[in-house]
Amino acid sequence: MATIYIDNEPYTVEPNGRNLLEVCLSLGLDLPYFCWHPALKSVGACRQCAVILFRDENDTRGRLTMACMTAARDGMRLSLTDPRAVAFRASIIEWLMVNHPHDCPVCDEGGECHLQDMTVMTGHVRRDYRFDKRTHRNQNLGPLVNHEMNRCIACYRCVRYYRDYAGGRDLQALGWHDHVYFGRMEDGTLESPFSGNLVEVCPTGVFTDKTLGRHYTRKWDLQTAPSLCVHCGVGCNTMPGERYGLLRRVQNRFHHEINGYFLCDRGRYGYEFVNDAARPRVAADPDTVRGWLSEGRVAGAGSPRASLEANAALRALVGAENFYAGVAPAEHALVALMRALLEVHPTPPPSLREVEEADAVLLLGEDPTHTTPRLALALRQAALRPPMAAAGATLKIPPFDDAALREAVQDATAPFFIATPQATALDGVAMQALRLAPDDVARLGYAIAAGEGEIAAALRNAQRPLVVAGFGSGSPAVAQAAAAAARALGARLCFTLPACNSLGLALFDAPGVADMPRDVKTLILLETDLFRLLPDAEARLRKVKHVVVLDCLATPTVAAAHAVLPTATFAEADGTLVNYEGRAQRHFRVFPATGDVREAWQWLDALRGVTRTFDEVTAALAALPAFAGVEGAAPRAEFRLLGQPVPRQPHRTSGRTAVTANVDVHEPTTPPDPDSPLAFSMEGYQGHPPAPLTPRFWAPGWNSQQALNKFQQEVGGPLVGRPTGVHLLPVNTGAVPAGTPPPPFQPRADAVLFLPAHHIFGSEPLSARAPGIAALTPAPALAVGAALYARLGGGPVEVRVGDAVLTLPLREDPALPVGTAVLPVGLCAEALPAWGTLTGGPRDA
Amino acid sequence: MLTEHEQHEIRAQMALYEQPAAVVPEALKLVQARRGWVADEDVRDVAAFLGVSTAEVESIATFYSLIYRRPVGRHVILLCDSVSCWIMGFRDLRAHLTARLGIGMGETTPDGRYTLFPAVCLGACELAPAMLVDGILHGNLTPERIDEILAGYE
Amino acid sequence: MTDRPLTALIKPERAPLSLAEYEHAGGYAGLRRALTLTPAEVTTEVTKSTLRGRGGAGFPTGNKWSLVPAVDGRKYVVVNADEMEPGTMKDRLLLEGNPHQTVEGAIITAYAVGAQTAYIFLRWGYQLAEARVAQAIADAYAAGYLGERILGTDFSLQLYLHMSAGRYMCGEETALLNALEGKRANPRSKPPFPPVSGLFGRPTIVNNAETVSNVPHILRNGWEWFTKLSSGADGGTKLFGASGRVRTPGVWERPMGTPLREIFADCAGGMAPGYAFRALLPGGASTGFLTEDAFDTPLDFTSVEKAGSRLGTGTMIVLDDKTCPVGMQYSLQRFFARESCGWCTPCREGLPWVARTLEALEAGDGEARDLDVLDAHVHGLAMGNTFCALAPGAMAPLESALKLFRADFERHISEKRCPWT
Ligand SMILES: Cc1cc2nc3c(=O)[nH]c(=O)nc-3n(C[C@H](O)[C@H](O)[C@H](O)COP(=O)(O)O)c2cc1C
Ligand code: SF4
Ligand code: FES
Repeated sequence: MATIYIDNEPYTVEPNGRNLLEVCLSLGLDLPYFCWHPALKSVGACRQCAVILFRDENDTRGRLTMACMTAARDGMRLSLTDPRAVAFRASIIEWLMVNHPHDCPVCDEGGECHLQDMTVMTGHVRRDYRFDKRTHRNQNLGPLVNHEMNRCIACYRCVRYYRDYAGGRDLQALGWHDHVYFGRMEDGTLESPFSGNLVEVCPTGVFTDKTLGRHYTRKWDLQTAPSLCVHCGVGCNTMPGERYGLLRRVQNRFHHEINGYFLCDRGRYGYEFVNDAARPRVAADPDTVRGWLSEGRVAGAGSPRASLEANAALRALVGAENFYAGVAPAEHALVALMRALLEVHPTPPPSLREVEEADAVLLLGEDPTHTTPRLALALRQAALRPPMAAAGATLKIPPFDDAALREAVQDATAPFFIATPQATALDGVAMQALRLAPDDVARLGYAIAAGEGEIAAALRNAQRPLVVAGFGSGSPAVAQAAAAAARALGARLCFTLPACNSLGLALFDAPGVADMPRDVKTLILLETDLFRLLPDAEARLRKVKHVVVLDCLATPTVAAAHAVLPTATFAEADGTLVNYEGRAQRHFRVFPATGDVREAWQWLDALRGVTRTFDEVTAALAALPAFAGVEGAAPRAEFRLLGQPVPRQPHRTSGRTAVTANVDVHEPTTPPDPDSPLAFSMEGYQGHPPAPLTPRFWAPGWNSQQALNKFQQEVGGPLVGRPTGVHLLPVNTGAVPAGTPPPPFQPRADAVLFLPAHHIFGSEPLSARAPGIAALTPAPALAVGAALYARLGGGPVEVRVGDAVLTLPLREDPALPVGTAVLPVGLCAEALPAWGTLTGGPRDA
Repeated sequence: MLTEHEQHEIRAQMALYEQPAAVVPEALKLVQARRGWVADEDVRDVAAFLGVSTAEVESIATFYSLIYRRPVGRHVILLCDSVSCWIMGFRDLRAHLTARLGIGMGETTPDGRYTLFPAVCLGACELAPAMLVDGILHGNLTPERIDEILAGYE
Repeated sequence: MTDRPLTALIKPERAPLSLAEYEHAGGYAGLRRALTLTPAEVTTEVTKSTLRGRGGAGFPTGNKWSLVPAVDGRKYVVVNADEMEPGTMKDRLLLEGNPHQTVEGAIITAYAVGAQTAYIFLRWGYQLAEARVAQAIADAYAAGYLGERILGTDFSLQLYLHMSAGRYMCGEETALLNALEGKRANPRSKPPFPPVSGLFGRPTIVNNAETVSNVPHILRNGWEWFTKLSSGADGGTKLFGASGRVRTPGVWERPMGTPLREIFADCAGGMAPGYAFRALLPGGASTGFLTEDAFDTPLDFTSVEKAGSRLGTGTMIVLDDKTCPVGMQYSLQRFFARESCGWCTPCREGLPWVARTLEALEAGDGEARDLDVLDAHVHGLAMGNTFCALAPGAMAPLESALKLFRADFERHISEKRCPWT
């Protein structure tokens, strides 16, 4: 503990290697800044955070100092209010305004702009600059991010985030002096799958959300709710915003242990499936369905993309013995295996924060950039941080001095090892990246478990080793090997999971949909597209008398249904999802569903003839041992602060507007919400609600996302109040499933081993329907090694795997292990890896 | 495509630095020697050869003043406009040069013979006013001297 | 023993000495002696000599060397021959005139700090210097002064010539390191200072070419000899220069602390016929004006500071009565604005504003509030407010001009034109 005097007031703070800016902000003091970012740290470029620092109590003059570049130390004396510092900070804004177009009324950032906030904070109101401003040409950066360079204040955050933090190489600082330009060499889609974070990282309107721009709404007109990303198993916290029944955007909702400040582009831009015109919207008559149910022989398939509550309601409707998991057989078995391995592992799965803090990593068989992208961004930090920490310790560079630390690191790398069949985006930061077929990846894992080789030695030397594997390889052997290695090394074990509730569905212990009897009379499919899961889906469906499908997507299964009940998406539904850590988190409705669309659990309850509140559904769920404690994920619906609910709409001091005045001049009544402590209104508790209920970050004087500072216990730290989510997965229980190394991979003369390829854009069914994501989805192609590519003369080729026959163009991936080829998932329902044949080109292979 | 010679030269430079990427400015200077400026395809070639992104190369190419990213004439005139040359008559020389060549600062004559740039102090202040033509220093300039010098260029 | 060690062997009208001639004149004797000492002893010798950096800031050279951690590992020496400060042409003289002297100095410096690799970072446009330095380096390799096991000792050194791609910022020592790494020449935060973490993150000594060129003489003749070359506290000689409307512009080596008057009147010959003296910048564009009442100031670091300016590079720029001081400021400030690297706000946005204001004043488009804008920038771009010393350096001549030539500035505004045109 240290005492720091700020304007002669003593404050007790924990310096912890933090700088004065972080200390001031954490104390709730307003000190403006631009180039510093809590995750990107300091470089001292913008000069906005100036304070006067005094040598000691006898020093009356002090000197101007950048708070962000000065480590906090016991006994320090500084002044934020010294007139020299105040004047200098105002002059920084004036300088930034020299070339800023001041086009706030037409700027998408207007109203939630850090530059506006800081301008007001410094009190600068009048500019003396009387000459022309420089102008730039903007670039088309693809379907996701808009570029308007004239607004740039050259804080360098964009390139520091994009290049240094996220590893993107196509966005750079160009030009020099007051012509510095942040962009690509030429127009073109940003290559990094984490480009969307630029929108939040940029403190002004240079980088804005292009999808929002197409249905633009100001922040103060958006209705928002605490929500979760539904596009992979990580469980990032999000803040979707709606107006007039249209979802307008998704923003990051800080979660200290998971997503921190950043999302991936699938997560940020996948939301537009909610607005898809092709969504099922007309409901069958529920009475008819009820009639079918009374005929008996009913079965139901739950879904890994539906909430625990929706699955539980289905289970209650059809009976536990008739409840199946709507998951492809191989994936079902693999997820069950990973769950079992996690439960016997001595330590719980790491949060992303713990992933970032790992000091040695073994990545087996998985390319997380394409399966669970946010995990890949965390792993990148795990690769970069240890050498930075080491250099910082030797050279006594404070932990926030980002540029100096990166400079000092040079080519030192952390013990970070990758073994996958295909190249991954993380190879560049790895100490070693091996290209191996899945069985050989598994063998390597077992060898490391046995303590053989340099990798084992390096991991053993680490304090916080981590082993990562997952569903992406499709290989149970790799999962087993990863668990064995982690156990032997005393490492944390992390498995990727495909869907937002894969682990939640697995906790029901239901058999897979493939095991469902073929003679059911009525089949209820909850958000399950059978055609994606089972090669014989069509035959099976033909045998069923009544196919009832509840979905929010227009799938082939919906098309084949006898009755469709349109369900609400995550944005129109409350629900609990279990992420890869086993953490149950709640998402809340952003806006009420309209027309025939209802929340899945409500449809299912209606079919069963019961009326329950959401909390009652959750309470019933909690009675199952696997879900004990699940209600703790968020406060109950009757939770109130000062007797008031939490408003989903921001408060407008200018009074109400009749937003539907074109229809009716009367203010519509706000829809009731019996299921959560939130209200579809701007009326309610205006203070800071508990973290799981925080619908937006907004504080007086802080209109941008960076208002987050005011919601954290300390800047960069957890949100104030109790943490969100509860852990459902037990650890260190049960017997270790037996596993043995598979035999070495043998290429076959008569067949090729097809391995699954996931892609961040397109492999996940919900986001695939968002136009921005769809535009970036690569055309399907088969990747083969150099020899095969040469032999096949560049394609196209015919792929036969199981019953599926596909014709695909070829792509060369020179490093692929001989005897393998990589097939994009989702093209057929066959489980991969699988042996098959490849014909085409000048000679058959 | 980089020529054999360029590849060889760049590789030789790479040996002089702990990190091969350090040669980006040097490689740009080398390819610039071919046609006097660096075209987009040169940026791409250098990037591919060094295994860095085109934007990384462009970031360097647009920072340094001696890398020209736009076409220049056969001869590049750098007329010093910094303080000593300013005092010693830079403005008159500028007027003379622009009138004689019929172009403004930063422009190239229509026949592609000269490009005229203002330049920062050439480190020849005792010879002010001064200019460089194709890297050759000329000091103690007067309009007449300039005419004499330019007469020697095709 | 000469009292003008740096230039004694330089004959402006002929090619530099060959290696053999240089050796014959005592060249590489300093290196030979250095190699008989321990690196620490060499550093001590230089520290005792009171040699201070000639790059502008005057940091004691031996002290800088002793900041390099005495642990094994890769280390670098960089000779800063970027010389892009307007009004400065002194390093060119050394490198064109006697490149072996600088090469020898670099080798001794590398030996003292334990570096295995050294670079001479030479400004673009010094074609003659480039050829001559390259030749000297090649000769030194051939003679065993560079390369493996120099002169049969355990000391090995690679010395490379690096030609800058052009930016004034490259002269700032940390920006120079970025430039050498092939990056944008933005400055780095300090600490860590280059002797601790410099080129490629390794301990690195950056010294000005003139600084380094003194080192062989110190080693050859001993530190006491060096201190006695001058009468003041800072030892050695200094290259002084003058440009502008003086009778004989040029560069001269004189004892550190030579009175200003002597350089101006004796070396430069006073004003050229028809021109009267108004003021001068004593050491390049980043220093403040001195007037005639400062003519007795000894030109050393401390005295010039006492007189209200800085010694800087020691090459003065003289302002005459027929040159508009506002126009001169415009030339200076436009230079700085154009050469700002664009990293920090005050410099990137402030300097162009200053330059455009001066441009407007010169064009007769001045407004009364323009002087407030200029005054505000003088305060706003003070040392410590910006990331590096470029912008504060730019403000030194402006600040003093606004004081000395206030009336001239005001006339531009009141007459709505430049009175000199
Ligand atoms: C903008 C700027 C430009 C500089 N340019 C040069 C230069 O061209 N040559 C030089 O030796 N020092 C230059 N310096 C000073 C260097 O940063 C550094 O102090 C010097 O090279 C150290 O050498 P010394 O200790 O031998 O003087 C410059 C400094 C600044 C701030
Ligand atoms: S583009 Fe935005 S983030 Fe990047 S430097 Fe400019 S203002 Fe900062
Ligand atoms: S926030 Fe401190 S200098 Fe930018």
